[in-house]
Amino acid sequence: MDRHTLSVLVENKPGVLTRIAGMFARRNYNIHSLAVGPTDDARVSRLTLVVGAEAVQLEQIVKQLNKLVHVLKIVELEADESVVREMQLVKVAAEGAHRSQIIELADVFRAKIVDVDHDSITIEAAGDPSKLEAMVNLLEPYGIREMVRSGTIALARGSKSITDGSKVRMQRVV
Amino acid sequence: MSGDNHAGAAELVTGAQAVIKSLEALGVEVVFGYPGGAIMPAYDPLIDADLQHVLVRHEQGAVHMAEGYAHATGRVGVCIVTSGPAATNLVTGLADAHMDSIPVLAITGQVARSAIGSDAFQEADVTGITMPITKHNELVQSPERIAGAIKEAYHVAQSGRPGPVLVDIPKDVLNATFAWAWPERVDLPGYRPTVRGHGKMIREALQLIAASERPVIYAGGGLVRAGAGEELFAFATRLGLPVVTTLMARGIFPDTHELAVGMPGMHGHYSGVIALQEADLLVTLGARFDDRVTGDLDSFAPHAKVVHVDVDPAEIGKNRAVDVPIVGDVKVVLGQLLKVLDDKDDTAFAPAIDAWREHVRDLKRDHPLRVDQPDTGVLKPQTAIRAVYETWGDEAVYVAGVGQHQMWSAQVIPYTRGRQWINSGGLGTMGFAVPAAIGAKVGVGRDTPVVAIDGDGCFQMTFQELATAVQHDIPVIFCVVNNGYLGMVRQWQHLFYDDRLSQVALPQDCPDLMKIADAYGIPGFRVMTVDELDTTLAKAREITDQPVLVEFRVDPDEMVFPMVPGGASNDDIIESADEWRARLARAGR
Repeated sequence: MDRHTLSVLVENKPGVLTRIAGMFARRNYNIHSLAVGPTDDARVSRLTLVVGAEAVQLEQIVKQLNKLVHVLKIVELEADESVVREMQLVKVAAEGAHRSQIIELADVFRAKIVDVDHDSITIEAAGDPSKLEAMVNLLEPYGIREMVRSGTIALARGSKSITDGSKVRMQRVV
Repeated sequence: MSGDNHAGAAELVTGAQAVIKSLEALGVEVVFGYPGGAIMPAYDPLIDADLQHVLVRHEQGAVHMAEGYAHATGRVGVCIVTSGPAATNLVTGLADAHMDSIPVLAITGQVARSAIGSDAFQEADVTGITMPITKHNELVQSPERIAGAIKEAYHVAQSGRPGPVLVDIPKDVLNATFAWAWPERVDLPGYRPTVRGHGKMIREALQLIAASERPVIYAGGGLVRAGAGEELFAFATRLGLPVVTTLMARGIFPDTHELAVGMPGMHGHYSGVIALQEADLLVTLGARFDDRVTGDLDSFAPHAKVVHVDVDPAEIGKNRAVDVPIVGDVKVVLGQLLKVLDDKDDTAFAPAIDAWREHVRDLKRDHPLRVDQPDTGVLKPQTAIRAVYETWGDEAVYVAGVGQHQMWSAQVIPYTRGRQWINSGGLGTMGFAVPAAIGAKVGVGRDTPVVAIDGDGCFQMTFQELATAVQHDIPVIFCVVNNGYLGMVRQWQHLFYDDRLSQVALPQDCPDLMKIADAYGIPGFRVMTVDELDTTLAKAREITDQPVLVEFRVDPDEMVFPMVPGGASNDDIIESADEWRARLARAGR
């Protein structure tokens, strides 16, 4: 199944996330990752959904999402025409000589050391999912204590905006 | 926030009064409901309201009545009940309305805002429970929101693809006092149904039709919801296209017309099923390629290109790939198609299909419904249903439950207009007929007979609503086709489980339906044999000023045919029990 990244503007209303998650469950669609947060308009939230679907099913997913009253706009972000990011925190065992190696590794990935203890280092990294996976693979031999990763967020490259020419007519509060 | 009050000092009202005022402002005439703890505040201003309230006996009755009312009139059906168990009792009806696109507004009481989430008495997460079975719902968080929530719900319920919308209102919101304001417009930026079809697609559809050799109009329930009967008739007759009408669309094109091919699907007419199989073009109008119509999807109408008109874009391409998709209100789109026909030479798009029309007429003539009514006096259910039709006639509205009686009623009665046939299609809700017929009768008024045709299994699920019909003087004709079995389940057990009957016998005389009629104080008639049919029905026909119950004791062995076995191809349609047995014999069983 191909992965597709959908960017969805929704009205910032109670239960909107439940409606979307519920629709996916009810229709047996597969959500790979989901991230949700505010936009520059307080009444609008933006969801980024990564879904696994073939073309026909993807069309259904978009149509069924569009039927939800609180959904304002959906665009699919193509991988090569968008900036795709995830964020990751990794706590790695770091004793003795390993410490400098781990710090060096983090440097290569332009990751930040955000916490240090006697025997561990916590690394914060952001980037596209494959870069984060590569970093985790390299950190693995040192012993990963725990890790957490955010859902994907993404924006189209270039000057275009999701709200361009759209039916989103939420007027600004005067 | 909202400065909508232009009439000077705002009127102070309670949330409960706001609910009633909102319904009045929307022009709602009748609500079906049942009071209880959390909704009680709303029942006080109801006493003085310009609204009829029908007191049901079970909340499921309220929502099915709202459905019946909506189905019969095209207006939004409204029901109002309390929180918790009352709201959960709406679930079946909401799911039913969701499946069959029936505009219903459900208002439920909720525990006070401060108690939400505390497992309070009669608390249930009603917006959560009903989310997947409503078009939309809302938990109202403040009294100021009541009018907007109800107005929006009403709008969403009846526009686009119609459906049920639920508004859940906490008791303290109903009790709060605030300044009344009726919103001037509906503000739903994420909800803008497409009404008009795309002009290019309209022309492409007509070109496909013009080039077709074996076109069929596949007419679905969306035509009924859109009130597009006239447009459909004009369109089909102008181009001379044969029409099949699905279970949900029976009557939207008159069965009496020579272009009518009958019903498609699992228990459709032979001609309806086969016309679709042989077609090279399906002009699909407000239908959704339901599995009960298509049978095995891969072998459904294998030679056909597809034009698909639907107000819900998600239906297009969902089950069947489409050649010409048209998103729009099917009444408006048919108007657009007719407009193009008007502008062109009348024959520009009419396909040359005399031979095909002739063939379809032959299918109809050579493969009629087979009902073998023996002269032993044993009453066949189809004979009873035909007699019911002959008694109450074309002017009546017929409402069925779910099962064999439903299929026979869909097959046997020649329907001539939309909204003349009401049943539960998508969800297949047993117990639908009694309350839905009551709601329909409230909608159509005293001059139009409403006849419920129910089975004995269905009837026992909801017959407590007879009291509602009596108390509110709603003279529905309740017919029960009593074969002493869950007939459809028995039919499947007979056909597919080696006749091993499991839990399908319902004693034909328990309950004694004549005593039920007696208990509710209404006339009851029982027909045991063919000979009694006409005289008994003539007596029942005389009664027009109160509900009446007519029971038919019918042959329990009768099965519904034609039949396409579940999951089989429509090509494997079986026309009669004899044919089924002959097939079994050939297969060496």
